[in-house]
Amino acid sequence: MRRPRRRSRALAAGVVAAAMVGLAGCGAGPTGPPTLNWYINPDDGGQAEIAARCTAASGGAYQIEVSTLPNDAAEQRQQLVRRLAANDSSIDIMSIDPPYIPEFAEAGFLAPIPEDVARRSTAGVVNSAIEGSTWRGRLVTVPFWANTQLFWYRKSMIAGSGLDPTRPVTWDQLVAAAQRKGSQLAAQGDRGESLTVWLNALIESGGGKIVTNPSPDDPKAVGLGLDSPAARKSAEIMKAVSGVAGPGFSTADEEVNANAYQDGSAMFTVLWPSSLWGKVKSAVEEGSAPASLLADTGWGEYPRTDAARPSAPPYGGINLGVGRFSPNPDLAYRATECITSPANQAYYFVANGNPAVKESVYSDPEVLKEFPMAPVIRQSLDQAAPRPQTAYYAEISESLQRNYHPTAAIDPSTVGPATAALIRAVLAKEKLL
Amino acid sequence: MSTTTTRTEETTEPVRPSGGTSDRARAEQRLGWLLAGPAFVVMLLVTAYPILQAAYYSLFDYRLTDPDKRSFVGLNNYLVILTDSVWWTSFGVTVFITVVTVAVELVLGFALALVMIKALKAIRPVLRAVILIPYAVITVVAAFAWQYAFSLDSGFVNSWFDWLPGVSADTDWFGGTFSSLFVICLAEIWKTTPFISLLLLAGLAQVPEVLQEAAKVDGASWWQRMSRVTIPNMKAAIMVAVLFRTLDAFRVFDSVFVMTAGANSTETVSFLAYRQTISRLEIGLGSAVSVMLFVSVVLICVLFIKGFKVDLSAQRGEN
Repeated sequence: MRRPRRRSRALAAGVVAAAMVGLAGCGAGPTGPPTLNWYINPDDGGQAEIAARCTAASGGAYQIEVSTLPNDAAEQRQQLVRRLAANDSSIDIMSIDPPYIPEFAEAGFLAPIPEDVARRSTAGVVNSAIEGSTWRGRLVTVPFWANTQLFWYRKSMIAGSGLDPTRPVTWDQLVAAAQRKGSQLAAQGDRGESLTVWLNALIESGGGKIVTNPSPDDPKAVGLGLDSPAARKSAEIMKAVSGVAGPGFSTADEEVNANAYQDGSAMFTVLWPSSLWGKVKSAVEEGSAPASLLADTGWGEYPRTDAARPSAPPYGGINLGVGRFSPNPDLAYRATECITSPANQAYYFVANGNPAVKESVYSDPEVLKEFPMAPVIRQSLDQAAPRPQTAYYAEISESLQRNYHPTAAIDPSTVGPATAALIRAVLAKEKLL
Repeated sequence: MSTTTTRTEETTEPVRPSGGTSDRARAEQRLGWLLAGPAFVVMLLVTAYPILQAAYYSLFDYRLTDPDKRSFVGLNNYLVILTDSVWWTSFGVTVFITVVTVAVELVLGFALALVMIKALKAIRPVLRAVILIPYAVITVVAAFAWQYAFSLDSGFVNSWFDWLPGVSADTDWFGGTFSSLFVICLAEIWKTTPFISLLLLAGLAQVPEVLQEAAKVDGASWWQRMSRVTIPNMKAAIMVAVLFRTLDAFRVFDSVFVMTAGANSTETVSFLAYRQTISRLEIGLGSAVSVMLFVSVVLICVLFIKGFKVDLSAQRGEN
């Protein structure tokens, strides 16, 4: 009986001691430089490395610690919004997917950007990234890296398809070529954010817009362009692609597309550079794909909706917001300038395949060596169009996904007006989503 | 369990004065409250408080990112829900999943319970552990495992079962409503059959062996003993197992979230609540959906307890 009692006393003493240490940790003031918490989207370690570099470069002014958000962009937004709605002061810097930036800005979750920081962080930056960081005519986040999709093709399979990939191609031509060759055109038909990305690029490339007037002060008065000729043509393209996109198209996401391209079942795909080129390179390095695959991979401008009009490729990436409740907003903005320095952007591009927003990075020899298509990426980023910029983006995107999925079942003549009606009802809170 | 019952009756009956409660019974009641009290308070804090808060929020137009514009709308959120076809589709899908999974699980669970009770003593613990393994797996993990098994690019199901009619290398299980629901139900059944079989095992163990022997002596066949002796004697256990599992199945969320994310009309009521509250940030509308889900669950309870005369105390061996 004595031994267990002694043990339990020792245990209790241990618990109390641990609690005291914990309390002391809470109560004590900062002993080192202030810590800036940077909430990052998961990557291949690039943001953690940049955080370490900037901590070292700050000369003791601050130290950056990273916290990783969920994988999915929509879930990253959910976690950040929930925390910020509860006035979470632990969020100093956050990596935000551009379509959600208006929502954060409108809710007052972002600390205002000092004029000089805004000026420096937009100098020499590609257009789409500045557009994606702006809300109500003001810069609200710092552009960090910008993504865009390219058209990728297998050179060996294109012979005899009747397609000249050195010139801009249209979606209609791609569907016809895939049919002629009995091969697949891999695209994102999955019910998710990637479906909205695709639909937006199709409509913008055809000269239309999903949201013509965001009407930030009265969401019920939102202007929608889903009954335009460009929107109708886009629905026709989506339906036609589903006929040549392989058996699992309604569940095909970027990873499935990259696999289909890699194993040769798809001769074409539209993907972000890191999702295709980065993946193909790693597969070749690991030995799971033949070395010839790199030389066999060709790329070009995102396919056109209208042959006479340059395409407006998808714009993605990450911009940096500073939390409204951060105790150190000035330091945090200083840190964002370090994070987005040309040297760090070049490092991030080469190491993780995430394209820079600064134009100067695209002439960096190391970038050109790792990403020979860098000039095409830069051109694509200049043409790229952001997704609808509105504080109600999540509702609009999910309404689009509900009606345009599965793409094989859509009726191009009715899907646009039906979705516009759904979006209006959802924004008026008259319908469930 | 039956011995406990007998003992309680023996000790309390003789000392009870006519028409009143004895000191001892009162003391036991007080002890009962003292023992259950802390748990009751904790339950109130973690369950009743959020339920009441949800019911309160459901009367407001309240968006998480715009708390200043919160306004009282009365029962309008409920009107929106009940007049929307999306609610009724989700409700139908939830009822479908509940009925299919509970029915299949009841049959399978009963078979497994029989296997467990009849197994040799030496292998009984191992057998029970093996049967319980799926229940120990986290639902999200199980859902991912089933999704990978059936997915078109990484799954093995299509290549293993391509000899079955309707299955080929190109079968896209998550491309249609019924094929998606089939996989979701399969995952649910695999995961929770052990739970129902464990509850039924407890019921089986309560059936007195003497009754079985008497029936055997009378020349009853295996089927007659099952239908006339075993099942009638464990009716309470069966109903309790079905009730618990129905309540659980009606709240299905994880499998749908992981496997289809609600695509192809596979949304359930829980998923609908998630979409309004977490994704759309409409706390008012989402709370109203949650309250509707809660009301549905309460109605199921009432239906079982009053309609089918399920006596929960019978399961405790009090009657």
